[in-house]
Amino acid sequence: MNAPLIGARVARKEDYRFLTGAGQYTDDVQMPNQAHAVFVRSPHAHASLKKISVEKARKAPGVIGVFVGKDLADAKVGGLPCGWLITDVNGQPMKEPPHPCLAQGKARHVGDQVAVVIAETLAQAKDAAELVDVDYEVLPSNTEARKASKAPQIHDGVADNTCYVWALGDKAACDAAFAKAAHVTKLEFVNNRLIPNAIEPRAAIGAYSRADDSYTLYVASQNPHVERLLMTAFVLGLPEHKVRVVAPDVGGGFGSKIYLYAEDVVVTWAAKQLNRPVKWTAERSESFVSDAHGRDHVTVAELAMDRDGKFLGMRVKTTANMGAYLSTFASCVPTILYATLLAGQYTTPVIHCEVTAVFTNTTPVDAYRGAGRPEATYVVERLVETAAREMKLDPAEIRRRNFIRSFPYQTPVALQYDTGDYEATLKAAQQLADVPGFQKRKEESIKKGKLRGLGYAAYIEACGIAPSAVAGSLGARAGLFEAGEVRVHPTGSVTVFTGSHSHGQGHETTFAQVVADRLGIPIENVDIVHGDTSKVLFGMGTYGSRSIAVGGTAIVKALDKIIAKGKKIAAHLLEAAESDIEYDRGEFKVAGTDKKKMFGEVAFAAYVPHNYPHDKLEPGLNENAFYDPANFTFPAGTYVCEVEIDRDTGVVKIERFTAVDDFGKIINPMIVEGQVHGGLVQGIGQALTEGCRYDLENGQLVTGSYMDYCMPRADDVPSFKVDTRETPCTHNPLGVKGCGEAGAIGSPAALMNAITDALGVKDVAMPATAQTVWKHLQEKSHARV
Amino acid sequence: MTLKVSMKVNGKPVSADVEARTLLVTYIRENLRLTGTHVGCDTAQCGACTVLMNGKAIKSCSIVAMQAEGADIMTIEGVAKADGTLHPMQAAFKENHGLQCGFCTPGMVMNALDFAKSHPNPSEQEVREALEGNLCRCTGYHNIVKSIMAGAKAMNGKI
Repeated sequence: MNAPLIGARVARKEDYRFLTGAGQYTDDVQMPNQAHAVFVRSPHAHASLKKISVEKARKAPGVIGVFVGKDLADAKVGGLPCGWLITDVNGQPMKEPPHPCLAQGKARHVGDQVAVVIAETLAQAKDAAELVDVDYEVLPSNTEARKASKAPQIHDGVADNTCYVWALGDKAACDAAFAKAAHVTKLEFVNNRLIPNAIEPRAAIGAYSRADDSYTLYVASQNPHVERLLMTAFVLGLPEHKVRVVAPDVGGGFGSKIYLYAEDVVVTWAAKQLNRPVKWTAERSESFVSDAHGRDHVTVAELAMDRDGKFLGMRVKTTANMGAYLSTFASCVPTILYATLLAGQYTTPVIHCEVTAVFTNTTPVDAYRGAGRPEATYVVERLVETAAREMKLDPAEIRRRNFIRSFPYQTPVALQYDTGDYEATLKAAQQLADVPGFQKRKEESIKKGKLRGLGYAAYIEACGIAPSAVAGSLGARAGLFEAGEVRVHPTGSVTVFTGSHSHGQGHETTFAQVVADRLGIPIENVDIVHGDTSKVLFGMGTYGSRSIAVGGTAIVKALDKIIAKGKKIAAHLLEAAESDIEYDRGEFKVAGTDKKKMFGEVAFAAYVPHNYPHDKLEPGLNENAFYDPANFTFPAGTYVCEVEIDRDTGVVKIERFTAVDDFGKIINPMIVEGQVHGGLVQGIGQALTEGCRYDLENGQLVTGSYMDYCMPRADDVPSFKVDTRETPCTHNPLGVKGCGEAGAIGSPAALMNAITDALGVKDVAMPATAQTVWKHLQEKSHARV
Repeated sequence: MTLKVSMKVNGKPVSADVEARTLLVTYIRENLRLTGTHVGCDTAQCGACTVLMNGKAIKSCSIVAMQAEGADIMTIEGVAKADGTLHPMQAAFKENHGLQCGFCTPGMVMNALDFAKSHPNPSEQEVREALEGNLCRCTGYHNIVKSIMAGAKAMNGKI
């Protein structure tokens, strides 16, 4: 009998190809007769395009095409759409200025694409791109969210550069709660802008076939079907069935590869104009200015409590930087995915949040690992820890006094949590982190002349996005279900097609575990296929930690149909009533007898239907399912971070980092731990090293390379202690919640709580670089003198 | 202007006419179609393009192909045995879940091979310092460090 596969540390099926160089990423694809595209990008943050001269470039060796914004406009190529409509506080739709694929009239951020040069070789295209002469009239620019409303207008018809002012919660009730509070804790901070930096740069190859008037686009994408839908229906006006989108191996996404980008559209369109496949691969410096960025909030947050530290209300005001244009899902990140999470793990009865989204002369901002939830967690957990310090309460104790303890729980900010056990993860994290030993370790640090601090973060997130009807009522312009297909072959092996996409998450293994476990067949007999619109029936893709909860459930529903049909076939073969057939680990059995048919025998009968109930059943064993989730899922957990700070240099060393998460049921603990490790380091990067900086005068991206934008390296971070507790999700059959973003959501607050504890200050700006921390130490030592 | 360049790659002699400005990584990927060696940045910071040149880990994006004239190059495609069996370092990455999206992985493995030759039993800190030149955005390095410690032991100083 096979050992259970759910919960097993199965080594990954995909590893062999990646470890031997046999992975196939978009840039590895080489199409016959392909040409190469290079984009000419604006070197200015804000500029009128007075004239673009392309004649010299057109005549350069090897050049086969040069296109500018006017060419796309003449061809009626549309702008990039935004997939989520936010309705503002006055009931008006958000402002959606045009987002042309090649700039028209104006460039609005450094890196805005102005022209494309296509040549026989990449070197020729690069050389020719230098010859495109753009006469820019430089305009005053602004990169800061807080100055946007008074800055030069970026788009016609968008007054005060304001996309929307949106609010959630009962303001009057919230103000009343604050009026009777015994104590109010207030913080003002910036949630720093980040650049996602998947190590595989974005890439796209468009191809066109005159033979059948069809297109193929290879693209580094997290959701090829969404990419196709947006591109065909909203931008190019092509029939969907004539466009195949393939997202082959994709080297990390973290949100940045969800969106439809201008380059994808341009290479697809140009492929038909030139009747040649057109390939574009971003250089890293292009990635920095053209991949959607993340975060960038300016926030004032207040927490009201009674004299016992019981939370009475929370008030939050945020200005969110959208960048120069609305990226695909930008509008929902600081609203629907942010304000709804402000209850955290607590019973705060009233919450009010107002969000102003603004345009600036920066790269567009969109969902980046966590998407709104890291920002919400940062607000809640920095407030709670600060409140504990101000109230002279233990930070764990103040959390315990306010934990939600009965479920389902309706928060005041729209969400209904189905299940959780916040005490369990807090307690486990405290034990694993040896919190009782902290005082002793702190004394040892002091003896060495160093500072030591400890910080918590107890996060919650909403994953498994999303019930389509709910999302639709909140402005989503897409459904958010997932699709799966189970194709049983005549000899009983299985190919599963999923609309989820793996770009590091290991779906080919995790999903195969689910299928093999459910069917009771060897995992070697199961392959998972994803990432190709010509193979997979449909898909909404991978983001928001939705793959197992939504995509996995779609597969389970298809498996249920396979088993149901298999029972009918087995009943016929075994001459028994269908109701007497049981399915158990690969065998269809007649209950209470030793009569049985193996899974493979039933599959064979379905495809060689000589003895078959033709009057009742079609031959074949192939089922698909679409699953629209009943609710979000709510992973939660507690992180404990312990730091030591060098007084002389301001260097922060993470001495211990402990994460205890509740992801519901876990399919593959090895993969889940890996997801947590990676998320933690992205969160630690935000808190300690990473910060996108623009020159405030001219809008240049100052942190535009790995020399300037400080990605965490192996010797910047520690090894981690991770563990899990389990309250199964109540509304999907696997009991799963999702684990992809938790690490990035919980870790910045835990780390900043530890740093502020060590320094004895109320707040430190992220990233807490050595210089930033050192400045705080200087101020403190001056204050002492 | 093109120039003829000759070297040995994964044990096989290869030569081609290339432009003088052709980077070694471009030669490996485009001319030889060995696409396991990746390009993740343009400033020699990410290490995804790491190969062994005469046994030493180098970033193939930061030299031109001509500089490798006559050299013995090993790429990720040359690491496993001819029958497809994984090298102990590759096996350690698989065993310890030292990779996720796989994009940085070839560079990590090539760098680890060079490092492990001189560090048959490295400490965690030694491994972390040796990875200074290789970026990973997926794993948080935790399992890469574990993989290299295990792989180095299994190699016992020998590639």
